[in-house]
Amino acid sequence: MNVHEFQAKSLFAQFGVPVPRGKEVTSPEAASAWAEELNAPVFVVKAQIHAGGRGKAGGVKLTKDKGAVAGLARELLGKTLVTHQTGPKGRVVRRLLIEEGANIAKELYLSILVDRDSGWPTFIASTEGGMEIEEVAAHTPEKIIKEAIDPAVGFQGHNGRNVAFALGLHQIEPAVLNPFVQLMENLYRLFMEKNAALVEINPLIITKEKTLIALDGKVSFDDNGLFKHPDVQQMRDLNEEEPLEIEATANNLNYVKLDGNIGCMVNGAGLAMATMDVIKLAGSEPANFLDVGGGATKETVAAGFRILLKDPNVKGIFINIFGGIVRCERIAQGVIEAAKEVQITVPLVVRLQGTNAEEGRSLLAQSGLKLEVANDLWEAAQKIVKLTGKAA
Amino acid sequence: MSILVNKNTRVVVQGITGKEGSFHATQCKAYGTKIVAGVTPGKGGQEVEGIPVFNTVLEAVKKAECDTSLIFVPPPFCADAILEAADAGIKLIICITEGIPVNDMVKVKRALRGRDVRLIGPNCPGVITVDEAKIGIMPGFIHKRGVVGVVSRSGTLTYEAVHQLSTLGLGETTCVGIGGDPVNGTGFVDVLSLFEKDPETQAIVMIGEIGGDAEEKAAEYIKRHVKKPVISFIAGITAPPGRRMGHAGAIISGGKGTAAEKMKALESAGVTIVRNPAEIGLAVTKALGR
Repeated sequence: MNVHEFQAKSLFAQFGVPVPRGKEVTSPEAASAWAEELNAPVFVVKAQIHAGGRGKAGGVKLTKDKGAVAGLARELLGKTLVTHQTGPKGRVVRRLLIEEGANIAKELYLSILVDRDSGWPTFIASTEGGMEIEEVAAHTPEKIIKEAIDPAVGFQGHNGRNVAFALGLHQIEPAVLNPFVQLMENLYRLFMEKNAALVEINPLIITKEKTLIALDGKVSFDDNGLFKHPDVQQMRDLNEEEPLEIEATANNLNYVKLDGNIGCMVNGAGLAMATMDVIKLAGSEPANFLDVGGGATKETVAAGFRILLKDPNVKGIFINIFGGIVRCERIAQGVIEAAKEVQITVPLVVRLQGTNAEEGRSLLAQSGLKLEVANDLWEAAQKIVKLTGKAA
Repeated sequence: MSILVNKNTRVVVQGITGKEGSFHATQCKAYGTKIVAGVTPGKGGQEVEGIPVFNTVLEAVKKAECDTSLIFVPPPFCADAILEAADAGIKLIICITEGIPVNDMVKVKRALRGRDVRLIGPNCPGVITVDEAKIGIMPGFIHKRGVVGVVSRSGTLTYEAVHQLSTLGLGETTCVGIGGDPVNGTGFVDVLSLFEKDPETQAIVMIGEIGGDAEEKAAEYIKRHVKKPVISFIAGITAPPGRRMGHAGAIISGGKGTAAEKMKALESAGVTIVRNPAEIGLAVTKALGR
């Protein structure tokens, strides 16, 4: 789960990571009132959407004029921002973060995530703050510093010093050496205690006043850890999510919307991905990823149908079920009942394999429903592509 | 021969009185697996389908002499359950549970480091040595004893591959699900080395997916140490970056972990890459010159 910058910064503040004075507002009036209270030499008005690249897309405005803040807020609120991370549709700005500006002397990069290979939480740091870290890693890998933290003992001072000296902070600004080590420790605590998947500060700045400030912040959470944190759950902003994905989650389905024309419904995540791949191989594009889970029932299949059919791009549906513990004739009954409940307006191919697959297939064939039955994965993919036409 | 488990493996099922635990313990037992004990704290003294239930794994180890654990404990308590098994002297821990917080697994993995215990999973279908022991949730009947070792990050996709191998008459030795989580116990490399040493296994099917670099690490290992033919399918060539595809670990992040990269690495290690998941079995037939 992702959260907004203002939410990330409130967590930073809670864990002793310095952030600019700021506040989230949703109206020009509130912006104006907060500007009055903030009374800073420079005001920064930042659009809050779950995507990077806001600055380049015109989502960040600066002004020295307190009276201009409301106008900038009016300009941004309701605007659709298109950045390299939003896709062409962009995102509507519903919230703003209004902060005091900072005097930047140097920009750094700092983040923490779990290194999947070692299974240890690992800091990534660089002197190239303000840039995309992937770019830095691709072009100047020597400027990427990594420090793994032993989870058995947690963060130690030397972990911080290793990074601080490798960054050359003793030369850049010795006054921030110890605060930097402390900041890393605080970030580690935030990461572990809140079950974060990623905590990123880019840029982390050294100010002309020789202090450290997290000028931007991004936190995403491990969905599996959310049950421990009601406060984090409340940060979820449904406006930032695809409506069909919200509906799927409510039905305990795992759905990701894609851009193709063939809707697919599959049991198991790996097989669901493989089904998308085989649609592509057969000459079309998948409209989605949809895992109905190990035990596909009439209810889950019906919910799946409803979600797939709400996507206007879907021109055909491909159901691919490998019956293991769940028997295929039960799944076939589920498909038949669900198809009667939900009006299926597009071609449907059902491929059943595994436990009692033949019984399942003959039930489907005798159901009177307009659908094609298949045994083999490749045969099924070719059938649905033939029925819907190849992708342009 | 086979790897990891066989007809002598003695299994304790942690979380045996739950819906999943009792159902699958019964299924595994029916397959012929020696399910000798179950554990649910507070339910010691009960029985599930004739399997004695104990309060602690330690008690189960002492009284039922089990060496392997199969875990169905819900995510909030699962890290504890894994560590309990390790502390009780269990040598092989197979964890089916999906949804364990990553940070819990970070601590578990660290705690198990350097100890004489192997963890398979979590978020996996388990391990089966055909006709000897089924320790997991896979449908037993699709398997047929044969010559192919299977290792996979996925569940139903593995069944798909196994079904093809069985139908073509190749059959399997042992099938190992290593799980779809970003931090897991046993990786591809460990299982590959076991299959390489197993005289009965003639070819290895490796099923990977987007996310992380386990497949790239496997490719490096195969290049140097694996002589047997390896046939691989990598799921998610059509998956978009930045989106989690069902499994917690199946995500392309920062441009890393794409299916194309993984296929390239494996291909350069001499692995046969199958692009069409319906042709995994056929590719193995060809690789074995049958």
